[in-house]
Amino acid sequence: MTAQALFCHTCGAIQPPGQLDHFRRLGLEPDFDVDGDIVEKRYLGFQRAIHPDRFATKPAKERALAERQAVALNEAYEVLKDPLRRAAYLLSLKGLDAAVSKDETVRDPELLMEAMEAREALMEATSIDQVEKLQAKAGADAIAILSDLSKAFASDDLTAANRLTTRLKYLRKYLEETRTRRITIEQAQGTA
Amino acid sequence: MLLQIHEPGETPEPHAKERGVAIGIDLGTTNSVVAVVDGEQPEVLRDERGDGLIPSVVALMPDGVVVGREAQALRARHPDRVVSSIKRLMGRGVHDVKALAGVLPYKISASGDSVGMVRLEVAGRSVTPIELSAEILRAVKARAEQSLGQEIDQAVVTVPAYFDDAARSATKDAAKLAGLEVLRLVNEPTAAALAYGLDTGAEGVYAIYDLGGGTFDISLLRLQKGVFQVLATGGDSALGGDDFDHALAEWAFTQSNVTGLDQAGATSLLLAARAAKEALTGADQATLRAELGGREIAQPITRKAFEAMIEPLIQRTMRACRQVLDDAQITQKDIEGVVLVGGSTRVPLVRRQVEKFFGRAPLADINPDEVVAVGAALQAKALTRGSDTLLLDVIPLSLGIETMGGIVEKVIDRNTPIPVAKAQDFTTYQDGQTGMLVHVVQGERETVDACRSLGRFELLGIPPMVAGAARIQVTFAVDADGLLTVSATEKTTGIRAEIAVKPSYGLTESEMADMLRASLVHAREDMEQRLLIEARVEAERVLLAVNAALAADGALLSPEERGGIDSAIAKLRHAIKGEDRDLINAAVEGLDHATHAFAQRRMDRAVALALKGHSLDEVEASMATDPAPEGSRPGASGPTH
Repeated sequence: MTAQALFCHTCGAIQPPGQLDHFRRLGLEPDFDVDGDIVEKRYLGFQRAIHPDRFATKPAKERALAERQAVALNEAYEVLKDPLRRAAYLLSLKGLDAAVSKDETVRDPELLMEAMEAREALMEATSIDQVEKLQAKAGADAIAILSDLSKAFASDDLTAANRLTTRLKYLRKYLEETRTRRITIEQAQGTA
Repeated sequence: MLLQIHEPGETPEPHAKERGVAIGIDLGTTNSVVAVVDGEQPEVLRDERGDGLIPSVVALMPDGVVVGREAQALRARHPDRVVSSIKRLMGRGVHDVKALAGVLPYKISASGDSVGMVRLEVAGRSVTPIELSAEILRAVKARAEQSLGQEIDQAVVTVPAYFDDAARSATKDAAKLAGLEVLRLVNEPTAAALAYGLDTGAEGVYAIYDLGGGTFDISLLRLQKGVFQVLATGGDSALGGDDFDHALAEWAFTQSNVTGLDQAGATSLLLAARAAKEALTGADQATLRAELGGREIAQPITRKAFEAMIEPLIQRTMRACRQVLDDAQITQKDIEGVVLVGGSTRVPLVRRQVEKFFGRAPLADINPDEVVAVGAALQAKALTRGSDTLLLDVIPLSLGIETMGGIVEKVIDRNTPIPVAKAQDFTTYQDGQTGMLVHVVQGERETVDACRSLGRFELLGIPPMVAGAARIQVTFAVDADGLLTVSATEKTTGIRAEIAVKPSYGLTESEMADMLRASLVHAREDMEQRLLIEARVEAERVLLAVNAALAADGALLSPEERGGIDSAIAKLRHAIKGEDRDLINAAVEGLDHATHAFAQRRMDRAVALALKGHSLDEVEASMATDPAPEGSRPGASGPTH
């Protein structure tokens, strides 16, 4: 494991978080395929060691360092456990900024067309049943993208990885919209 | 070997500061509870009657402040001086409480700063919710000190998970005002999970459904090997058992044909509604009795009708439950168990609906009133003496800033683990713009109007550049208490501005200092006043008991004896009107003495009755009207919702 030491090996005092990428912070190599169980296990293990609660009776400087360590650890965990954020982060590590930052316009015409059609279908859905069908399809698409992404990263095809990441981002947003739509329909039915 | 070199003033402290015991406090809307881990097992600190609940009720009397049961007992006679449900106003601005207008049984001052916190007009005084909460915390601290026999100055205080930043700051300020250092603010459902999980050794994902007097929280936690990880949290900071009372009271009022409702009537109605609600937990019907406009009303109500009234409120909690499941990306079947917390979960319809939604019977083998305080005490121990358990919590509501056109740009999403720090870059929109107003908001909606405004600050001195050239980095940092600090830096020049989100809803440092000074000056006086009030309340209790005994068994007395007792009663009544505590206590003793023979005779008769073959229950029932029976104090009641 290459993770930087959390504690000074001489005096045992907690150290500043330092500049580590999110993968190495959890003792992993930068790769799209990560073992979720290992991420969880390492995260909880490090939290046990550096969480600010462990330093509540320590001097202010150590408390502040523990807080910074915990902030860095939480950030790494949040990115690594979510495939979309993990993919975007990996692209940025490789010098490519995916169109994942908000409000960036999508330039892929195929994706634009798909998105417009899907939105129309959602707006036209009037029953929970219809919404659930659209939800299930988008969910399945999102899962399929994950294995494509894994292949793209494995063969170092960053253009493909970038396109897939953008598409995954769109599907996430769409799934959110299906939930909102579902609540709207439920409420309309509830008051009817 | 290597030498350790330290900056001056940063050497490790040779002896960690000797720390006393830290307590855990559940500062509730309806009741507050205090617990401690002194040794290994957590323990709820109770009064001499074994009651762990301290009603979160404050009475501002002309001669001092009264808190808890005594304050509750004063409510019927002084509805204008007694305040409850203060927690609903914590961290709230005038604008926020408009929605609650007419719902709360006291006046809210509309004057003053429109962005600042509300003030309450009570008994001719203008007070903040923070000061009133501090009074409750003082009473809690006093109970802990009395029962532990040592001074207490550190505590873990719980807050609803769904409390926003302003309400958290206000709670911390109240504790400071009461002389307590807050080691940590812990979310109530998290505290409950801690107590429950440690008690049962539970593992897996648990839902904590917490419906209190004024707030609703739903949290999903993963429990594994001593780590309590919050996956998602949601709720409604303005929904609770109080709303059940209000629904019932409103209904009874419209049925009564009484026009116009004064404050005394409203108080009487609300108390009656609460009593009816509690009765309907066990019975299929109850009668709501109140005094309105000098007229008694008695309104029968069935449980069915009551449930129809509160159904929409419970449906609101179910919508929040669905939302957290979506947020955590899990479904009902991933959940190992559902734990009920909060007095309002005693309402049978709540239990049925929770069971229906989660598809399993909720776990209710814990005391829903005390579990939160126990969890707080465990966390207090973990922070002062170390522990194998660890709480990993999240922020309940997204944080963002206002951008052009009143749109919210989220910087930190809800359910992000804390502590957390995130930076986002913004830029100028006009050529030569040299300042930028940063408006910090909290909430899930897209527009600023629909979110909660937490504060504004200005970054000045940006060098004039063309629009879009400046790089302004806004950093949000949320600490382990869930409290936010925002700073802004212009990256090309390093100009910096910062705010801890505090001034608009919490107390400013100088306000805090003034209040602390005032409380020190008045501390002695307050103590005297408190003892005087307690003596009066005790005297009233004895008088009630003696009168009840006289009414029941006055025939056992000779005219002479009766005269002696009557004169002792008159003396006590006179003493109560005065300001001399010792005189009151002496008069109570005098009455005690005068009734001694009487009490003895009643006892003998009871024993004689028992020997004649009456059951022990009857004997005990006849003894229950003796002077000084425990458990018949005025104002005493069972657990409240």
